[in-house]
Amino acid sequence: MKNLENLVLRIWRQSGPDDPGRFQSYRIDSISDEASFLEMLDVLNEKLIGEGLEAIAFDHDCREGICGTCSLMIDGQPHGPQRGTATCQLHMRKFSSGETITVEPWRATAFPIIKDLIVDRAPFDRIVEAGGFITATTGGAPEANLTPVPKPVAEAAMDAAACIGCGACVAACPNGAASLFTAAKVSHLNLLPQGQAERWSRVEAMVETMEQYFGSCTNHGECEAACPKSISIDFIALMNKDYLSAKLKNRALISRT
Amino acid sequence: MPILPRTVALWLMRLGLIAAVGVHIHAAYGLTILNHNARSVKYQSPRDYQVANFASRTMRWTGVIVVLFLFWHLADLTWGWWNGTGNDGVFVRGDVYGNVVRSFERVPVATLYIVANIALGFHLFHGTWSLFQSMGWNNPRFNKWRRYLAVGIATIVVVGNVSFPIAVLAGIVGE
Repeated sequence: MKNLENLVLRIWRQSGPDDPGRFQSYRIDSISDEASFLEMLDVLNEKLIGEGLEAIAFDHDCREGICGTCSLMIDGQPHGPQRGTATCQLHMRKFSSGETITVEPWRATAFPIIKDLIVDRAPFDRIVEAGGFITATTGGAPEANLTPVPKPVAEAAMDAAACIGCGACVAACPNGAASLFTAAKVSHLNLLPQGQAERWSRVEAMVETMEQYFGSCTNHGECEAACPKSISIDFIALMNKDYLSAKLKNRALISRT
Repeated sequence: MPILPRTVALWLMRLGLIAAVGVHIHAAYGLTILNHNARSVKYQSPRDYQVANFASRTMRWTGVIVVLFLFWHLADLTWGWWNGTGNDGVFVRGDVYGNVVRSFERVPVATLYIVANIALGFHLFHGTWSLFQSMGWNNPRFNKWRRYLAVGIATIVVVGNVSFPIAVLAGIVGE
């Protein structure tokens, strides 16, 4: 274990949604390289509170990369320079002494800034709501092996279901599109036999809700690189394919594939 | 006796192409506005892009270059808006071969043609790869070939088109 010395943090401060906001620089004299990025912010906040200043507001919850609450644009990359992890899994050993680290909130019209580094990601909830329910038998829990799911299907559905809804895909996208999030949420049900009953109505409703809030995919691929779960843009192609089917096919034939 | 009267087939193709240009510009404009509005306040610090490439980042600019070139190209070789004098600078309606040779013998014209076609190449490269994603043509069996196909199509078009002014400038094609 060693310490990083003399870090400068340029952090976006904004007192509320209507404040124009600005970058403010803070000095960290010394921090353990084993500290996570969020722990480093905790240390900075303790210091600010001790000096009678206002703490920096940032989102965090589980701190083990599974809840999707943390965010932060760190040096121009969502969740910072480490691939396939959320900000809470980023450690200070990824940085070096004397470095200046710039921290900014996600920027998207659909994600208005609430305060400092916290944004409102509610449009993601609107997309998920639009997906509705799945048709399932009620009553006692059915035998788990009643519906056979081929192994590759189960794996692909699980890859999509790994989405934690953090919004890094939107933050990374030069177009502010939410295609990777929506594709992951559509696909984890649309791939499985249990999700077939609403396959076309689901994709249609979710894509059209997404388009009310977000930009459009032009296949840069930045979302996949930024995703803390490394979800593939192959799911976006799958969503586009199902959306096209939803528009063209006779829904009375959904059971005949 | 021809199957169709003179210029009918030509005009059917032209109308198809004009419609395609109209739809393409409409879609590009709509996409630009939508995506601009989706991030009304830009990032205030520099972005560090990981995989977005030159072609994907410059689609709007290469598209604008190609559409401006398209009008210039029509003015040059279809409408014949030439103000040249003498035997070398005259547009002759119907003399396709001669017009191409006389136009490309002018170095600035040949240069413009080459630059515009390189822009077209970048546009086609990203467009071809994007087509597969947008249409949902995604299959592990052929996914890795999509980038090769995009490079191949862009290369064939650029090399083919750029060969005309180069052939004229090099004296391989002449009057």
